[in-house]
Amino acid sequence: MLSIDALSKTYADGVVALEKLSLTVGDGEIVALVGGSGCGKTTLLRLIAGLDTASAGQIRLDDQRINEPSANIGVIFQEPRLFPIEDNVAFGLNHLSAFEREGLVANALTRVGLSGHGGRWPRELSGGQQQRAAIARALVTRPRLLIMDEPFSALDPTTRASLHRHLLSLWDESRPTMLLVTHDVEEAVTLADRIIVMQPNPGRVFETFANPLARPRVRLGSGFETLSRQILTSLDHSLKPGRPQAAPAGTADAAWW
Amino acid sequence: MSLLATETESTAVNRPAAGKAGEGKPGLSIGWIAGFALPVLVAALWEAVVWAGLANGRLLPPPSRIGATLWELARSGELAMHAAATLWRVAAGFALGAVVGTALGAISGASELMRRLMDPTLQALRAIPSIAWVPLFILWLGIFEASKVALIAVGVFFPVYLGVAAALAGIDRKIIEVGRVFRLGRIAMIRRVTLPAILPAWLTALRTGLGLGFMFVVAAEFMGASEGLGYLLVDGQQLGRPDRILAAIIAFAVLGKLADGLLVFVTRPLLSWQDVSRNRM
Ligand SMILES: Nc1ncnc2c1ncn2[C@@H]1O[C@H](COP(=O)(O)OP(=O)(O)OP(=O)(O)O)[C@@H](O)[C@H]1O
Ligand SMILES: [Mg+2]
Repeated sequence: MLSIDALSKTYADGVVALEKLSLTVGDGEIVALVGGSGCGKTTLLRLIAGLDTASAGQIRLDDQRINEPSANIGVIFQEPRLFPIEDNVAFGLNHLSAFEREGLVANALTRVGLSGHGGRWPRELSGGQQQRAAIARALVTRPRLLIMDEPFSALDPTTRASLHRHLLSLWDESRPTMLLVTHDVEEAVTLADRIIVMQPNPGRVFETFANPLARPRVRLGSGFETLSRQILTSLDHSLKPGRPQAAPAGTADAAWW
Repeated sequence: MSLLATETESTAVNRPAAGKAGEGKPGLSIGWIAGFALPVLVAALWEAVVWAGLANGRLLPPPSRIGATLWELARSGELAMHAAATLWRVAAGFALGAVVGTALGAISGASELMRRLMDPTLQALRAIPSIAWVPLFILWLGIFEASKVALIAVGVFFPVYLGVAAALAGIDRKIIEVGRVFRLGRIAMIRRVTLPAILPAWLTALRTGLGLGFMFVVAAEFMGASEGLGYLLVDGQQLGRPDRILAAIIAFAVLGKLADGLLVFVTRPLLSWQDVSRNRM
């Protein structure tokens, strides 16, 4: 279980990116974070990844305090961030024998639809393929928590949909806890069990939505539509200054980014 | 060479450089012929003019006479002796300059404090035309080899230092973060992240340094040498033998090109697993 307790982050220049944010994500749960630009989503993920240190508060993964990168936490960034060298997918598997590594890597590549591409240079892959490789790289170590910062935002809708399926099937294998930042409400509803709307200045939780829909979720279903609209409305309210938290649902449109 | 390859066998199969070289070939040979056309034409013309008695070729000897001189120098062993002396100096100066330049560049690129300490001084020293050091080097190190090697090393040092420092400072922070996420230790980070990232820039800097080394060896050999291709230049001038001067210049050109080719050849395996600069060298 990931538990975040009264987490604050003030940057050196005085920007309060997060203020007393508390959040719990259960084992195997998929949580999506949405929110306007600058509300501290990336900051939160970087703190959980151990890439940055909090100003106050704590992050715990199964009662283990997180303040540096952990083998239990996998990260997928917005960009693939592949190395221009070999062994990208096997990057986190140095402790294993070459034989074991190869098996795991081949399996991971198959799972993201890249089987047969293992011999390629990163630059010979398309953007979508590179991101698949990055997903395989993060998942091959079987982290207990996977955090993703807009992992699919640079991809076209078709590729994105196919990666959603791949991600869910990978998730089904070992059921890691997942925390996903996205700007795409439909993506959030497709993937997540719970959707958290964040609010800027300073960054904190605005409203939380449970997702009751059964998988696989189809965009055309009426439940999908209703939940999406609720989230969009909440997003809209989260960006209006002076509003109390969890304002009543209105009819505002989705002009929040 | 590959996204996943942990096995050398798949890396050998998937080396794409071979395909690239193949497709580049026809264009390359045309380019070669075109590039040779002008000098060959001019040389042939000059040969004809001198042969016809329209000019005596005393100041600018015809190609046949330069060729004969080269042949004579080669046959007598003089050419090999001079070339060896020059090469030895370049090699020693290059090794010294490259090692010190790489080391200081690495220090200054890795630590902001060291960069602030060292860089202004080195930049100021760089502004001095290197030949201006010659009298000082002679006073300090004597007229013989040490001062020559030192001068060449100075020439090699700066591009290598600048190249390494700039490459280190310019490494993408995002890539380093991936290394941190995978909890790479200091050594592993250098081996897997830093070195691959700076390798192309480093090799380019070495090539630039080698080229400057060949420029500086001429200056070094002007300052009183009894052997070396630079000596051959001075000697040709004093004897009034432009054919010997031109022969030495040709030898310089060939040696410089060969040394550069050798450097590229020797370092190619390093680059074959490097993405960006393959085929560029
Ligand atoms: N390294 C930093 N130094 C100073 N301020 C920063 C830094 N990184 C982020 N910030 C500030 O902290 C706030 C939160 O930024 P963050 O990147 O976490 O937002 P975000 O929710 O990820 O936004 P987006 O949706 O645009 O990616 C912003 O006001 C941003 O300007
Ligand atoms: Mg962000």
